[in-house]
Amino acid sequence: MNETVPGSSNRPGTVASSRLARRRFERRQKRRSTLIALTSTLVVIGLLVTLIPQTPGWYKVKRSFFNGEVFSETFPRLVDAFVKDVQIFLWCAPCILVWGMMLALCRSVRTPALFPLRLFAAAYTDIFRGVPVILTILLIGFGVPGLGMDRPWNSPYLWGSVALVLTYSSYVAEVFRAGIESVHESQRAGARSLGLSSGQTLRFVVIPQAVRRVVPPLMNDLVSLQKDVALVSLIGPIEILRQAGIDKSKFANFTPYLGAAIIFLAITIPETRFVDHLMARERRRTSGTAIR
Amino acid sequence: MSNTITPKISLRSVEKSFGDRTVLNGVDLDVSSSEVIAFIGSSGSGKSTLLRCVNLLESIDDGAILLDGVDISLPGLDPDPIRRRIGMVFQNFNLFPHMNVLRNITLAPRKVLGLSASESEERGRDLLRRLGLQDRAEAYPDQLSGGQQQRVAIARSLAMEPEVMLLDEITSALDPELVGEVLDVVRELKGNGMTMLLATHEMAFAREIADRVCFLHQGQVLECAPPNELFVSPKNERTQQFLQRVIDSGRL
Repeated sequence: MNETVPGSSNRPGTVASSRLARRRFERRQKRRSTLIALTSTLVVIGLLVTLIPQTPGWYKVKRSFFNGEVFSETFPRLVDAFVKDVQIFLWCAPCILVWGMMLALCRSVRTPALFPLRLFAAAYTDIFRGVPVILTILLIGFGVPGLGMDRPWNSPYLWGSVALVLTYSSYVAEVFRAGIESVHESQRAGARSLGLSSGQTLRFVVIPQAVRRVVPPLMNDLVSLQKDVALVSLIGPIEILRQAGIDKSKFANFTPYLGAAIIFLAITIPETRFVDHLMARERRRTSGTAIR
Repeated sequence: MSNTITPKISLRSVEKSFGDRTVLNGVDLDVSSSEVIAFIGSSGSGKSTLLRCVNLLESIDDGAILLDGVDISLPGLDPDPIRRRIGMVFQNFNLFPHMNVLRNITLAPRKVLGLSASESEERGRDLLRRLGLQDRAEAYPDQLSGGQQQRVAIARSLAMEPEVMLLDEITSALDPELVGEVLDVVRELKGNGMTMLLATHEMAFAREIADRVCFLHQGQVLECAPPNELFVSPKNERTQQFLQRVIDSGRL
């Protein structure tokens, strides 16, 4: 206690005054760190704002990426096109969750007679997790309609969605499987000792706990699905990315891409914040106080 | 204990090993109806495994386990109808954390016995009242003390109206001041004539409640006698050594 702590110059020994001094010190510390954070942020932003416009290409970049006129002209159309993305997302997500859960269950089967099912599920997840989404979309989106079936069986919406479901269900299956395996063996023992069958144990005891545990990672997968829906544009449908491309060519200007990015952020940032919130809640529930 | 009545449970030279580690090495025991057997012995002596085998949570390698004279250890037998008749309570409660107390208790009666929601709830509330937990019916396991959780686990098991109860070190995970409330429940069960097999470290309790105390050592029952014989004048040398260690650590 040799350092001179500001504000602690009052008589030592009295408990009340030492607590007061401590509080005053902490308050001062807090104020100081806020001030430092604020100045450093301002300095960095100031540097960016003054330095970037001095680069040789800034004038051109500004004109082709930050064009206000093009922005206000194209933005409403982009919002309209984004409805397609949301629709594709909305019908894919439930299919992915159901199919992913079925795959996870196949992989968790312990009966030897159902081994082929397990093998199938393992091969499936290996394949679709290993191939880039974009390739699956191209292969299925161009391949299957090539069979020459009539409408609606040649729709790019359909086969684009199928490709997304195939890929994402393999991710989601792994998440569910991890959840199922994380439920402790003693839970099964508890359930089986009561006479519940293995199916009933899975349904009433294991899966409800598994699903609760994997909600945060599951939400992460859904957020990336929301973004990857844009890849369906590669096989034809005019959704937001495609619309932005069309407008880009029309105006010979990249601003529509910026507009599309803003629209994606408007939906994905709240989604990720929501996931963070869920994760924090789960952490609080399972592990007490957070360590700073 | 050998009389003409069929024992409730018979163990006939039961053997079990995990890999090359022998856990049960020829266990023989007859348990008559309403009898309470306490298994004592150091950790790893096979107490828990023995109980798990009786509940068919582990399959045995050799020998037989009879329930009312019927071999329940035959390979390929459907274990579920047998488990319905044998309740088990675990050291770490194994309650379902996602269900409240009442749901924990009513799940099996509804899904296995096919009771209606109201029948099973009535049964559950009766049990909770009996165990002094009537106002915790809506609580979740995490919100209960260890003693309360273990009493719920016992209620959950009793809701299936088992003929035999297996209690696997049910007080080992509890704070000392919570042990009493759980043991009170076991006393009540004995009063009602429940057949019980319990593995325990609570020597005083084993002495009080058991009709016979069995000392397990390296997968064998070395000595089985009424508590006043086994604790006062143990015949087997190993039993004497074990009890001496227990006395030295001040637990008897």
